[in-house]
Amino acid sequence: MNETNALLSLISDWDVLKSEGCAHSIRENGRSVERLSTKNIEIRAKEDGSGLDIYVAAAARGEKVAIPACITAAHIDDLVYNDFHIAEGADVTIIAGCGIHVKNGEEARHSGIHRFFLARGSKVRYEEKHVGTGGKKDTRRVIDPVTEVFLDEDSFLEMDTSQIGGVDSTTRETRGHLARGARLVIREHLLTDGNEKAVTKFDVTLDGEDSAVDLVSRSVARGESYQEYHSTITGNAPCTGHSECDSIITEHGRVNACPALYAAHQDASLIHEAAIGKIAGEQIMKLRTFGLSEEEAEQKIIEGFLR
Amino acid sequence: MLELENICWSTPEGVPILKDLSLRIEDTGLAVVTGPNGGGKTTLARIIAGLISPDRGTILLDGVDITALDVTQRARLGISYAFQQPVRFKGITVRDLLELGSGRPIDEAQVCNLLSKVGLCARDYKDREVNASLSGGEIKRIEIASVLARSSKLVIFDEPEAGIDLWSFNGLIEAFEEMKRERKASQLIISHQERILQVADRIIVVENGSVVKDGSRDEVLPSLATFSPCPMGRDAVTGVRL
Repeated sequence: MNETNALLSLISDWDVLKSEGCAHSIRENGRSVERLSTKNIEIRAKEDGSGLDIYVAAAARGEKVAIPACITAAHIDDLVYNDFHIAEGADVTIIAGCGIHVKNGEEARHSGIHRFFLARGSKVRYEEKHVGTGGKKDTRRVIDPVTEVFLDEDSFLEMDTSQIGGVDSTTRETRGHLARGARLVIREHLLTDGNEKAVTKFDVTLDGEDSAVDLVSRSVARGESYQEYHSTITGNAPCTGHSECDSIITEHGRVNACPALYAAHQDASLIHEAAIGKIAGEQIMKLRTFGLSEEEAEQKIIEGFLR
Repeated sequence: MLELENICWSTPEGVPILKDLSLRIEDTGLAVVTGPNGGGKTTLARIIAGLISPDRGTILLDGVDITALDVTQRARLGISYAFQQPVRFKGITVRDLLELGSGRPIDEAQVCNLLSKVGLCARDYKDREVNASLSGGEIKRIEIASVLARSSKLVIFDEPEAGIDLWSFNGLIEAFEEMKRERKASQLIISHQERILQVADRIIVVENGSVVKDGSRDEVLPSLATFSPCPMGRDAVTGVRL
């Protein structure tokens, strides 16, 4: 459990969350090891054992639910399906994420399939953090999250997702379906190094009038790592969509950014931006005039960029 | 004391910009370097800060040769530099930049004090990113505040007036005068601005890569242009109203 605790502290403020008595379920090496429901948040195991159903009542206001998953043993291939059912008018913060700790030469995989059903007027903040720790030689830590959100009228979901290092391979798929007046905000922060590979796929459909999505991905590709960013926003109604991919490459990092827009309504207003480049020399120089070394300056710039 | 001895610098294409320039900057006081565009003022400032290296010549700080030191090493010795064209950063907030400049965590009151010196309200700006959402004037003021945050021996401001409105400009002049009163650091300001020249202890005119005039404000100022009162003064070299 020591390695699990270390991972929990990396992917969430676990000690704080536990002390607050928030609803939670901890998954360790492919099975649930601790679970707590609260008055307004009920966590149930699916009958087929494939994952959880989490029900957030309309009375929930500013409450939190945490469902982190940790893998600390080799050769685990963990697949879990978690569904979140958010009642009308509820307001909740959901903390998820996954950490994998394996030794040199070991491999492990986690695939978390999360679906969010937001009823009218509900509000969710979803925080998801992924990290790999342990050996650095011949490891294969794979995290393939799939997030699908269904936003009913006037609901709002803000997703903050980050991968802070040590994940050898990831394919991160996020799909959204927005009804009238619904809003989806996604902030992605991604760091790859060594030979790591990360693929991000956003696919959001704006079906309702006045629905809106704002996708912003900031990433840093170091070493020999490779990243792909694919986003598709489809506007089927009077709506607004924005997709932004900003990447910094250092050393031999490579990034392929492919934002796409499909407007199927005359009043759909969709924008995409993509920028890839190295850290500007003037930025390094400015921080060096504060007495930082070149390496310290680069680190500060990357930390700020990924925050 | 900063001493420059026989400094030469040419562009990569071989165009000489600084020609055997020698200069001495005292430990306190406010010196303004002025002169026509293209005369070598900004090059001089960048050479002192260590952003570029001279082709020939020697730079001494308190008698120690710092010619071979890079920009980081010079900053650690107390040489600060405010860029003429400030740099933008995605993700770094105004507060972050002030803390990076200061080299230590700074509290709310210090953030407020630094930003108010350049005419910005801390509440509106401290959490904003130093990115393209800021106007040219805003970013210039934040650049100056980041340098004011530092404990410096010598502070170099490269055309601090550019992009600053009248109200903020008055605040900036006050900040320069306050630094002068505190006598903690010497200031070297690259400027054409009459109001800045009027608070200088010393004016150095650099033209065509050399110092052509160097003396007290009272000695040098009358020879630059004919002045008349106007809110932000006028360009001291060309006489054009600003």
